[in-house]
Amino acid sequence: MKKVLLLTVLFLATAVTYAGGYRVSLQGNKALAMGHTGVAVINSSELVFFNPAGLVYLENKLSVSVGAHGVLADVSYQNSATGETAMTDGGVGTPFYAYVSYQANDWLAFGLGIYTPYGSTVTYQDDWAGSHLVNNIALQAIFVQPSVSVKITDKFSVGGGPIYATGGVNFNKNLNRTLVDLDGNRSEVTLEQTGISNWGWTASAMLKASENLTVGVNYRSEIILSAEDGDATFENVPNSPLTPFADTTFNADLPLPAELTMGLSYKHNDFLFAFDYNMTYWSAYESLAVVFGNDTPDSVLLRNYRDASTYRFGLQYEASESFTLRGGYYFDESPVQSGYFAPETPRNDSNGYTAGITFKVGSRLEIDASFLYLQFNEVDASYDYFVEGSGGPAGLINQYSSFGGTYKSSVFVPGLGITYKL
Amino acid sequence: MKNTIKFMIGLLAIGLVSCEPEFENAVSDEGFYDAGDADFSNYVALGNSLTAGYADGALYMSGQKDSYPNIMAQQFSFVGGGDFTQPLTSDDLGGLLLGGQQILGNRLVLSADENGNPFPAPLDGMPTTDVVSSETGPFNNMGVPGAKSYHLVTPGYGSVAGVANGTANPWYARFATSESSTVLADAASLNPTFFSLWIGNNDILGYATSGGSGVDQTGNLDPSTYGGNDITDPNVFAAVYSAQVDALVAGGAKGVLLNIPDVTSIPYFTTVPTQSIPLDAATAGAVNAQFALYNGALGQLVAGGFISAEEAAIRAINFVEGINYPIMTDVDLTDVTAILIGAGLDSETAALLGQLRQVKSDDLVVLTASSALGSVPDPSNPLGIVGVSIPLTNQFVLTSTEQDRVATAGAAYNAIIEGLAAANELGYGDMKSALADVAANGAVYNGGLLTSTYVTGGAFSLDGVHPTPRGYAFTANTIIDVINTTYNASIPKVDIGTYGTVTLHNN
Repeated sequence: MKKVLLLTVLFLATAVTYAGGYRVSLQGNKALAMGHTGVAVINSSELVFFNPAGLVYLENKLSVSVGAHGVLADVSYQNSATGETAMTDGGVGTPFYAYVSYQANDWLAFGLGIYTPYGSTVTYQDDWAGSHLVNNIALQAIFVQPSVSVKITDKFSVGGGPIYATGGVNFNKNLNRTLVDLDGNRSEVTLEQTGISNWGWTASAMLKASENLTVGVNYRSEIILSAEDGDATFENVPNSPLTPFADTTFNADLPLPAELTMGLSYKHNDFLFAFDYNMTYWSAYESLAVVFGNDTPDSVLLRNYRDASTYRFGLQYEASESFTLRGGYYFDESPVQSGYFAPETPRNDSNGYTAGITFKVGSRLEIDASFLYLQFNEVDASYDYFVEGSGGPAGLINQYSSFGGTYKSSVFVPGLGITYKL
Repeated sequence: MKNTIKFMIGLLAIGLVSCEPEFENAVSDEGFYDAGDADFSNYVALGNSLTAGYADGALYMSGQKDSYPNIMAQQFSFVGGGDFTQPLTSDDLGGLLLGGQQILGNRLVLSADENGNPFPAPLDGMPTTDVVSSETGPFNNMGVPGAKSYHLVTPGYGSVAGVANGTANPWYARFATSESSTVLADAASLNPTFFSLWIGNNDILGYATSGGSGVDQTGNLDPSTYGGNDITDPNVFAAVYSAQVDALVAGGAKGVLLNIPDVTSIPYFTTVPTQSIPLDAATAGAVNAQFALYNGALGQLVAGGFISAEEAAIRAINFVEGINYPIMTDVDLTDVTAILIGAGLDSETAALLGQLRQVKSDDLVVLTASSALGSVPDPSNPLGIVGVSIPLTNQFVLTSTEQDRVATAGAAYNAIIEGLAAANELGYGDMKSALADVAANGAVYNGGLLTSTYVTGGAFSLDGVHPTPRGYAFTANTIIDVINTTYNASIPKVDIGTYGTVTLHNN
């Protein structure tokens, strides 16, 4: 177990994760296989994330779930007016999770979860057409969540716990569309900060309405990752008092938005149907405001995200003693509003198709495999609020330019995990 | 277990193979853009400094990469365009050496003093581009800075030996295929399938930028007798221009001919105001007292029949409280120096007054006059102020009379260009109208407004004559529009907002 944990942490060192908003809904192989439903599914210690209130209903004394996903995500961009094209460098992201639950007694259970619900890595070719918005970005956040689950009545339980979030960001972009040094190298800035941490909490409830019907609700609070005194490194800046960009510190707030999930599951013979509704309170993400430590003009990138819903459907079939088959679908609404489509989170509405299988090895160990295909339509979109000019000739300051074109994303996510029950 | 692993590997393989998102209609697909009736596989550009990508008073590497032919060639690549070669200089300094000796200065950059006030300054550094260490021509970009229409057909214009004695062009000498080759022959040897020709600007521009220091050679059909600042005779222009078009279309090439913009469209002539001498009432009165004798003498010159009453009115000097027109020497005025000497004036004063008048509102004061105006060239004589007591010399003012000569010749050239474009069914790029529109109204682009205002307008580089990369991108888009219309093509244009303007740098 220790080895597996170590391995996943090592993975994280090179982790690149898919940018969807920057919420990455890959918090359990069993759940993902069912369209990432789970707020009302009593299945495994994945409940630490999906609904800690349900932990108390688990049948085993100890339940452990560990797994990871390999995210194969790419974004293509083209602008038919100019002929410009771009494609992100396809890296493999590896969000992971590890959950433990422990039944203390008949009415009390504890849980601990480590998972990565937010993250984003997008790498474009340096100096590509949208390089004034992003060359590359890597955002990581790990949540550590101890939980408690208390049975109030036989049919109703509550749960929750504090969340400790720790993360880091590395963001590189060109200063604007044209600024170069004497040799024609584009002026750029890198913002880097690691070890940013903050606290949040989660609370949930579960009702076993009948023998077959379970209802759940889960809320996870917003956590704001505040970079303070991060490193802002400027490169290829002209030697001129008109371009006062020197290496300095920066402060910036990045909200990891709150999420509310409501759902139900219904069991019929060997089948289990699940439905989850997520509301992610993305409206917290109004702008990415970077305040520099010296005279460098502050940078404000407007985002104006809106709250976004996700509708998730999952089906489970216990095919045999050894095999459980799962499938699912979800519709994921984009938080990005028209005119705010920025290439560092190039996300439009998507349809997720999921499938998975659990294979029982003996009575205690299960191997969970899942697969997600996230289908995006081509989208003509633009980001219309880039402020032109930063210290250039006066006539260029405070003029918005637009960057747009056609985007097409594709995401494939195979995942593998184990569940151990004692 | 084994099966599960196989299943996973299978899924992974599917994922890796089909991961790359593809567009239904990708711009890289054949046929997304259309070449129409033209063949862009071998594009050759002929012209002068504008075609070469000259900017900021020099030809330098990054400027060449943003030349309008190079920008067009990049867009042609979407419709079957081939490689486009350019005689790139060796550095971004822009200066030129001849056998190790620097013969031309470095480019200008926009510097700023400690208060943030910007000013153009030559970039420090020793250039490495040497005329003698020749590039192997010909190149697709055959733009030669300084070339006039007839130079493209002048043998020996690329002679390295001729550079030192002023009979050859140092930039062409870098890549001429031989000492006796012509620009046109070198270009034609490339067998272009498509060409652009933008020549003739310097046939009037040298005269204009020198404040009309040259001679209007209209009527003189022998260009070998012309000086560098002279206006080329339109018949000479017609002969050499049609020879160029004939040679270029001989192999069936399509192309586009570009006409000559007005000099009044460029900041070199529009930045320094005609009124530039601030005086208070007392000083204006004192200066007027100095010119009372001259103003009085004008009446006697009219009475003596030496000048007309009209000319006397033009020559009368009058300073007022406020911003005044500087005094200047106008070589188109009657030279009365000898008469004034005869009337008893000392020769120095007589020469100063010989062709004197104040600048008028319809004159154009050139950019380089900004450092001369108000200066005191002789520190021992604090009253000797340029524009007040010392006239601006001829080179600093393009008078309305001189402007008329430029405009007349330019109109004649443009009529010839338009006629040849029609006769040969070639594209005709009305660069004159395009530039006039930028000067008058500006051109809206994604992120701003492109204007002809010096430094801040974004269209013109620090020499006030040649475009910035953004100005060249606008030029390329203008020409692509013409090509698309003429040849039923659909070549994509560029976003000019992504092209830079002036370079900021403090030495």
